Amino acid sequence: MSLYAYLVAGWLLLAGFFGVVRSRDLVHTAVCVSVAQSGTYVLLLGIGFQRGAGAPVFAPGIPTTSPVVDPVVQAMALTDIVVSATVTALLLAIAVQIAKRHGTVDPDELHALRG
Amino acid sequence: MATGFAAFGTALPALGIAVPLVGACLLLALDQVLPRVAVDALAAVVVLGVAVLMGALVAITASGRVVSWAGGWRPAGGVSVGIVLVADPFGAGLAFLVALLTLAALLYGWQYFSHAEAHLPVLLLLFVAGMTGFALTGDLFDMFVFFELMGAVAYALTGYKIEEPESVQGAFNFGVINSLGAYLCLAGIGLLYARTGQLGLAQLGAALSGHPADLLVLVAFTLVATGWLVKAAAVPFHFWLADAHAVAPTPVCVLFSGVMAPLGVYGVARVYWATLSGTVSAAGVQRALLVLGVLTATVGALMCATQRHLKRLLAYSTIAHIGLFLLGVAALEPAGLAGSALYLAGHAGIKGALFLLVGVLLSRYGCVDEITLYGRGRGSRALGWLYVVAALALAGLPPFGVALGKAISEESLAATWLAVVFTAVSAVTGAATLRAGLRVFFAVGPPPPEHHDEDVTTGEREEREVEPAPARTPPTMLVAILLLLALGLVTGLPAVGSAAGRAAERFTDRAGYLDQVLHGAAAPAVPTPHGAAWTALGAGLGVLSAALAVGLALLVLYAPRLPRTLRVAGARTAPATHALHRLHSGHIGDYAAWLLVGAVALGVLLALPGSAAGATGVTP
Repeated sequence: MSLYAYLVAGWLLLAGFFGVVRSRDLVHTAVCVSVAQSGTYVLLLGIGFQRGAGAPVFAPGIPTTSPVVDPVVQAMALTDIVVSATVTALLLAIAVQIAKRHGTVDPDELHALRG
Repeated sequence: MATGFAAFGTALPALGIAVPLVGACLLLALDQVLPRVAVDALAAVVVLGVAVLMGALVAITASGRVVSWAGGWRPAGGVSVGIVLVADPFGAGLAFLVALLTLAALLYGWQYFSHAEAHLPVLLLLFVAGMTGFALTGDLFDMFVFFELMGAVAYALTGYKIEEPESVQGAFNFGVINSLGAYLCLAGIGLLYARTGQLGLAQLGAALSGHPADLLVLVAFTLVATGWLVKAAAVPFHFWLADAHAVAPTPVCVLFSGVMAPLGVYGVARVYWATLSGTVSAAGVQRALLVLGVLTATVGALMCATQRHLKRLLAYSTIAHIGLFLLGVAALEPAGLAGSALYLAGHAGIKGALFLLVGVLLSRYGCVDEITLYGRGRGSRALGWLYVVAALALAGLPPFGVALGKAISEESLAATWLAVVFTAVSAVTGAATLRAGLRVFFAVGPPPPEHHDEDVTTGEREEREVEPAPARTPPTMLVAILLLLALGLVTGLPAVGSAAGRAAERFTDRAGYLDQVLHGAAAPAVPTPHGAAWTALGAGLGVLSAALAVGLALLVLYAPRLPRTLRVAGARTAPATHALHRLHSGHIGDYAAWLLVGAVALGVLLALPGSAAGATGVTP
């Protein structure tokens, strides 16, 4: 596996953080959290990848000695995606409620909690 | 008979997770057909069941860890593909604490919420499952999964009062920061897997041992520790905690403050001892914990002393105490760890009682603002005295568990200046809590002047959690408060102290952990713990910090009557306090930036060469 996958993973993670820091809209913030999480998918899949290896599925006709990519990281990425769906849905629902109660979704305009 | 008993023991960790999950599903299914009383009762019965199971687990783990492999996928020759739950006395004790606090929360919230929905008990049960799983798992990736499970439930619980502007903002901040922390943590877990091909704590430990930490392992440990420290609300990852505690329903705050945030400290300690203690440099870990601990304790204490919103005040006090837990762990030896564990358990009871007392005020007056509530609680002397006792216990008054844990931690850190930090932080947070209580319940001191500052959150616009306001406090609320105070008292018993000492020996025995999990070896007897007991010095320091708390509280309450020169000197510190408040901006972008800064700083502290032994007087 080339270094590029790891660089992309790090880039996505940091881009997500940067997006949250600079965000002017809470929906954008929630999406940036997802972008940061995408970095972890790329990282996990990059870790399990082998050049020339197939999917980790053995059917009749496929010799059990044939190389496959690591299924553990794929299971981890799957779990991670489920987590992401839950968290994103929850954050978006809360953003809708913030829009209703505060009349804005700009984090610079939210003043309910300070100090 | 003996094998049946052993099988029961092995099933306990899984039951601790499964029972609340099944209970939550049952409640959700039966919500439509059962009356509200039955829903509440069912939730209480389920949590009581979990408490009994976890209590049994604590008793069993006293003689060794309980290891259970899911589906019977045991390791062969030290190699495994299975997923494991490992209960040791600390893990089981935390699970027991979770169940007890939830029981108190449910009791307090008995038919408490105006809306007749089962959502709150259901969420609480899911929360129990997540926290129990985090405490009992022996697998790093499962720790992340349970971290996210308790996280997602906690965001929902924080935003439970969905019509309140503060509530939804607090929930959003909490959700974003905790999720970002979790993703850093997952990246760290991925890196460790890339290096070793293992995810179990013991398997990772075995694969890594013998090699000094290289850059990849250091980065991985930094990322994982950042994740847990975000949950622990160590400075500068702490911003979400005050926002979330200030807005969450009061019974939920008991769990947030008492056990959810401290579980982050447990996570750091667990990963360090089970996996990386033979790999990363002890000096680096000690330095990182010392710096973060002192910073967290100081910032928490200063912010606590300058709050008027009572729930925020208690939340910042929790941050300060988490700093002290980190300092106890920083000794990197059993005695300090035992001190931190006792401190944690005692703090959970006392802080829970304080939150519930504030909840009673909220239910009566629809307000948690110290200045508006001045003298309003004069009619309820009994509650006032309970509050004063709890505040003094928080400051370290013997014989409560907080004092015992504090004393043991102080003595494990040989450096005198750290004992001064402990005493000062306990005194300041205790004084702030006491000051608020004396004003509200006893109208001590002249009425505080009302002044508006946009960088301070007042507690005036809170939504009443009970409609209509009860004429008098329901007995269930009082019982819950007394139960939590009793928990604070029981953790101060000498027997509990020596049990914590033995548990800490077990916890730090890395070779024993690896042998028992990977090879099924029997747990060796733990050596007699040293120093996990009351001493005259420890009790004396506890009395001293409580006395200092009373003195400081009275000083602040009667400040307007002080000589003018003293008041001017006090006013000089105002700009610094104001700057500190401005940092806590409630802005999610700021919080995320601090999170990155903190992660980088943590990495630097872990990686710097040299020894921190000079600072603590402890040889790592």
